[in-house]
Amino acid sequence: MDLSITMTGFVALYVFVLAAFAGWVIIGHVPAILHTPLMSGSNFVHGIVVVGGLYALLNASTTQEQVIGFIAVLLGAGNAAGGFAVTQRMLAMFQTSDAKPMTHHLHGHAHARVHHLKKR
Amino acid sequence: MLANLPQLIIGLADLTAAFLFLYGLQRMSSPATAPSGILVAGFGMVAAVLASFLYVFSVSAAAQPHLCANIALALTALIIGGGLAWLSGKRVAMTAMPQMVALYNGMGGGAAGAIAAVELFGNKTQGATQLLVTLLGALIGAVSLSGSLIAWAKLDGVIKKPLRVKGQQAVNAVAMIAALTVGGLILYATLGGAPVLLATPTWIYIFFGLALLFGVLMTLPIGGADMPVVISIYNALTGLAVGLEGFVLQNPALMIAGMVVGAAGLLLTLLMAKAMNRSVANVVFTNFGDAPKQVQGAIKGSLRPVEASDAGIAMRYASKVIIVPGYGLAAAQAQQKLYEFVKLLQAAKVDVKFAVHPVAGRMPGQMDVLLAEAGVPYDMIFQLEDINEDFATADVALVIGANDVVNPAARTEKSSPIFGMPILNADKAKQVYVVKRGEGKGYAGIQNALFYGDNCNMVYGDAQAVLIKMIEAVRGLGAAAA
Repeated sequence: MDLSITMTGFVALYVFVLAAFAGWVIIGHVPAILHTPLMSGSNFVHGIVVVGGLYALLNASTTQEQVIGFIAVLLGAGNAAGGFAVTQRMLAMFQTSDAKPMTHHLHGHAHARVHHLKKR
Repeated sequence: MLANLPQLIIGLADLTAAFLFLYGLQRMSSPATAPSGILVAGFGMVAAVLASFLYVFSVSAAAQPHLCANIALALTALIIGGGLAWLSGKRVAMTAMPQMVALYNGMGGGAAGAIAAVELFGNKTQGATQLLVTLLGALIGAVSLSGSLIAWAKLDGVIKKPLRVKGQQAVNAVAMIAALTVGGLILYATLGGAPVLLATPTWIYIFFGLALLFGVLMTLPIGGADMPVVISIYNALTGLAVGLEGFVLQNPALMIAGMVVGAAGLLLTLLMAKAMNRSVANVVFTNFGDAPKQVQGAIKGSLRPVEASDAGIAMRYASKVIIVPGYGLAAAQAQQKLYEFVKLLQAAKVDVKFAVHPVAGRMPGQMDVLLAEAGVPYDMIFQLEDINEDFATADVALVIGANDVVNPAARTEKSSPIFGMPILNADKAKQVYVVKRGEGKGYAGIQNALFYGDNCNMVYGDAQAVLIKMIEAVRGLGAAAA
C-alpha cells in the first residue's frame, strides 16, 4: 500500500482554490468585534509551518542544512506558540453582560445581532 | 503495511490538523464559542507537531548519520522558540498586541523562507514548477519576515517616524526587479543552464538579501495609522508563503492552512482599506501625509470648552449616551476608568453603548479587545454599521481620543483627504462632548468641523484625568442626594 501523496499541477491548484475559498467564507462570517483575535488566530494557524521546518531539519545532511533547518523550526515554533498564547488571552476577555442585570435595552439591528451571537 | 505505519500516522495527523484549523476558525465567528475555537485549533497543531517526529523513520540515507543530532536540534529549537514566544505572548500588554502579532507573523514568514532555503541550497526540488513555487514562497516569506520586523519596530516605537526619501518607489521597484531577475538566474542555472557570473549558492544568498531588503524598503515609508492594513497584508503574505512551501514539501496540511490564512488576510486587508476609503495600492505605494494639502473650507463657529465635571453630570441626566472611543483612549490607558464611569451611568438608568470604528486602533478590531480587557461586555460594543442610525436619537455622544473617524468632512467636503471614508455620525447627537488633549488636528492633519458645531463641547485634558473628574462629579451627586 502506497500512502505517499504526490500533488502536482491541477490537484494542487484545486487544494489551493478550495482552501482559499473556505478561508474567505469562514472569515467573512466573523463579526468585526473579533477581528483582532481572528487575525492573531489565523496567525497561529500558519504556525503549522513548523511541521515543514521539522521535516527539513530531520532530513538535514549538511551543517548548512542543519543551521537553516534549526532556524526554520525555531521561528515556526515561535509563530505557533506565540500566536496561540495571545489569541487565547484575548478571547478569554470577551464576556456578555448576562451575568449582571441588564440596565439598558437593546433594540433594532443591534439586538438581532447580539441575539444571533448568543445563540451559537 | 507496518513499514508504512509512520507515514499513515503523519498523514492522518496532518489531515486532522487541517480540519481542526478550519473548524476552530469557524468557531471564532462568535465571542461565545471563540475561546473553544482556538483550543480546538491548538489540538490540531500539537497533533501535527508530534506526528512530524515520525519522519525519523523515513529519512534519506545521507541524513541517517546525523539523525540523533538533528532530533536534539529539533527539540532544542522547539523548546527555545516555542518557550520564549509563549512567555512573551502571556506577558505582553493588550495595547502592545499589534506589534506582537506582527512579530509572530514575521517568524512564520521567516520559517517558510528558511524551508525554501534548505530546498534551494540542497537542490532538492524536482522540475521547473516546483522550483518556481519554491522561489516564489522564498521571496514572499522573506519579504514578510523583514517587513513584519519593520512593522514591529514602528508599532513598538523603535522607529518613530515613517522614513521617506525622494524616489523611494523607484528604489523599491529596482529592488523587486533585481530580486526577480536573480530568481530567474537561479531557475536557469538549476534547470541545467551554465551558472551566470557567480555560483548558484551565491545567487541564492543574493536572492534572499534582495527579498529582505525589499520588505524593509516597502514598509519603512508607511505611516502609523496605516498599520491595520499593513499587518493584514503581511498576515496574508505569510499564509501564502506557507501554502506554497507546503506544495513544495507535498504537505497538504501546510497548503490548506497557508491558503486559508492567505485568503483571510486578504479579506481583512480589503475590509481595513475600505474602512479608510483607500485602495490597498494607495496605502502601500503612496504616503498619506505627503498628499498636497487641500485648501480647507472655512469652518464657522468656535470651540466651546467645558469642565469635565459639568460634562459628567450632563451625561448622568441623559437617557441615552453613545461613546466613541479612539486610539487616544488606549494611549492614555483610560479604558478602565471609562468603564467605571459607564457603570455609574448605567446605575443611574442611562442607556450606554460603545460605537467602534473599524480602524480605531493599530490593527483590525483592536479597540474591541481593549474594551473587553477593561471588562466591557461585548453586547455593549457596536460596530459602525450597526449603530450609526442610533446617534440621531442619542442625547449625548462622548468622543474620547478619536478625531478623523468622527469628522463630518468625510461626508460633505469633496476636497477633504478623508472624503468618502465611512465615519461615525457623532455630530447627529443632541449634545457632543469631545475629550481631547488639546486643540491639535487628527492624523489626517485636517480641522474637524464636528468640534465647531453648535451642539459640541470640548473637554480638554488627559483622558484618564478627565474621566476621574467625571466619576467624582457623578458620585458627588449621589452623595448629595443621599
